[in-house]
Amino acid sequence: MDYLLTEQQIMIRDLARQIAQEKIAPVAAHHDETGEFPWGIMKIIAESDLFGVFIEEKYGGTGGGVMDLVLATEEFSKACGGIAVCYAATALGAFPIILYGSEEQKKKYLPDIAKGKKLAAFGLTEAGAGSDAGAIATTAKKSGDHYILNGTKQWITNGGEAEVYTVVAITDKTKGSRGASAFIVEKGTPGFEFGKKENKMGIRASATRELVFNDCKIPKENLIAKEGYGFIVAMKTFDQSRPGIGAQAVGIAQGALDHAIKYAKERVQFEKPISSFQGVQFMLADMSTQVEAARALVYATARMVDAGIKDISRASAQAKLFASDMCMKVTTDAVQIFGGYGYMKEYPVEKYMRDAKITQIYEGTNQIQRGVIASNLIKESLKK
Amino acid sequence: MNIVVCIKQVPDTTNVRIDPNTNTLIREGVESVINPFDMYAIEEAVRTKEKTGGKVIVISMGPPQVETALREALSLGCDEAILLSDRAFAGSDTWATSYTLAMAIKKIKDFNVIFCGKQASDGDTAQVGPGISAHLDIPQVTYVKKIEKIDEKSAIVYRMTEEGYDVIETPLPVVLTVVKEINTPRIPSLKGKMTAKKAQILAWKAQDLNVNDKFIGLNGSPTQVVKIFTPSPRSGGEIFQGETDEVVVKLIDRIKDELKPKF
Repeated sequence: MDYLLTEQQIMIRDLARQIAQEKIAPVAAHHDETGEFPWGIMKIIAESDLFGVFIEEKYGGTGGGVMDLVLATEEFSKACGGIAVCYAATALGAFPIILYGSEEQKKKYLPDIAKGKKLAAFGLTEAGAGSDAGAIATTAKKSGDHYILNGTKQWITNGGEAEVYTVVAITDKTKGSRGASAFIVEKGTPGFEFGKKENKMGIRASATRELVFNDCKIPKENLIAKEGYGFIVAMKTFDQSRPGIGAQAVGIAQGALDHAIKYAKERVQFEKPISSFQGVQFMLADMSTQVEAARALVYATARMVDAGIKDISRASAQAKLFASDMCMKVTTDAVQIFGGYGYMKEYPVEKYMRDAKITQIYEGTNQIQRGVIASNLIKESLKK
Repeated sequence: MNIVVCIKQVPDTTNVRIDPNTNTLIREGVESVINPFDMYAIEEAVRTKEKTGGKVIVISMGPPQVETALREALSLGCDEAILLSDRAFAGSDTWATSYTLAMAIKKIKDFNVIFCGKQASDGDTAQVGPGISAHLDIPQVTYVKKIEKIDEKSAIVYRMTEEGYDVIETPLPVVLTVVKEINTPRIPSLKGKMTAKKAQILAWKAQDLNVNDKFIGLNGSPTQVVKIFTPSPRSGGEIFQGETDEVVVKLIDRIKDELKPKF
């Protein structure tokens, strides 16, 4: 299918594809096995300018938007969903600054993120605050020219590896969700430490750690937007980033499908390649159709975001929901086509199935996405 | 320092298919790429520039579509590109090609080092680099796997040999042809690609170079291709099986037997 990409977007896609095939694919199994953070690949992506595709030119990027980010994320994900998320999580950490940061904050942080000199991360989730983000307990107390942060963030992608963290904390307990605020915290700030690296089922190349704040003092200039804007910042950030998760899901599914097609042509049973059997053919046809439908939805949503359309929550949730459910199904079917070999770690597809699962869980579980979609549907119907 | 790198566009042979009837390469639908060995030459030229300053000028001779190869070289860090394209150059063998490239390099005048890949993946002759040095009457070092030191006057390089390597000091200007052991070519940058897309590429024709018409193109090419054929495969040898001691004795007897004059 031709998605009528701009010349610049084609360059981004081709460059990301080249990096995925030549550099990521050969090391994907190693990083999955060891959990070693893929700094070598991060350096290559940095030198290729791809960390800046969603950042304005005046801050050192190439001036594209979410669509450009989606194209790169999808290509990286075809080779490794774990390495791709290290890239995409930096965008997630940068979006609060892009969307709500002051000119000073943008000038200070975005150029290094665009160059890939510094990775970023976003910290919202806590042990007691997952889907119920309003239950966060991390506090930020104003004290003169500073805020003092206390609390623990959990399962933060790029935690410990990133230099720049955007973190949501409660500044006024009495105001409920309107009492949360977003802050920029730099690695190395006294009182800011990391918990142990989590041992995960999939996306094992990525680092997931706790962020621990113990009387962590940050300058008041690090507040993003205003006090009380924390949840708006978080929700608008997710609206921007969910197409990226959709793209990760499309990439993982496409990668698994590509392996399945290649294997089906090579694997001989009953003296014929299994690709000649209609049962396998129908599976491949369905997988491809589902991937393409998800891709179309993800791209359409990314373009809506870039066009500056205001109400994107429903589209954004739908893209994430559909693409991630599709990804789980397609990667499971890819393992099925590989049969017993697919269950073995010597073959690449079981990793795709493990990497797929997280896309249904993070950046809002798919149940939360359905909630967002439904509440928007009801809201929209009231306006009619 | 002014660095020249000569590249060739070749068919991408990584996914090559052979016509079973004619035993020749199926060229339809085969993409053109920069000769893989030239990618190392480009990388080494750019790395040298990054160390010593100056600029890298990339040159290629071929049909107009070679422009895409030159743009790719620009995206990888070369600063200027020159395309030598003229019907008069068509049919050049390695002698005429190296002569034409040498005349273009003469026109550039100010150059310190010329990089080439050790050979092209289509012709596999490894003659063009040495040919350029002969036409320019400057030194050459082939099969370079490492540059130890380079400045405007001289260079110390490692030449790979079958047994190991030679360490050679050479005055500049010099032609260096490189092997794949020398570096790992970089991935282009997005900004590099965007700049390369808009970059001006100089196009030189025969009349722009001070060439002797007798030495260019088909007329200037002494090579005669008599026949192209696939060598017949070697017939399978003999395999001796059993205990090592016995097998060695059998083998030696067999060799002696083979060496006996046959009448």
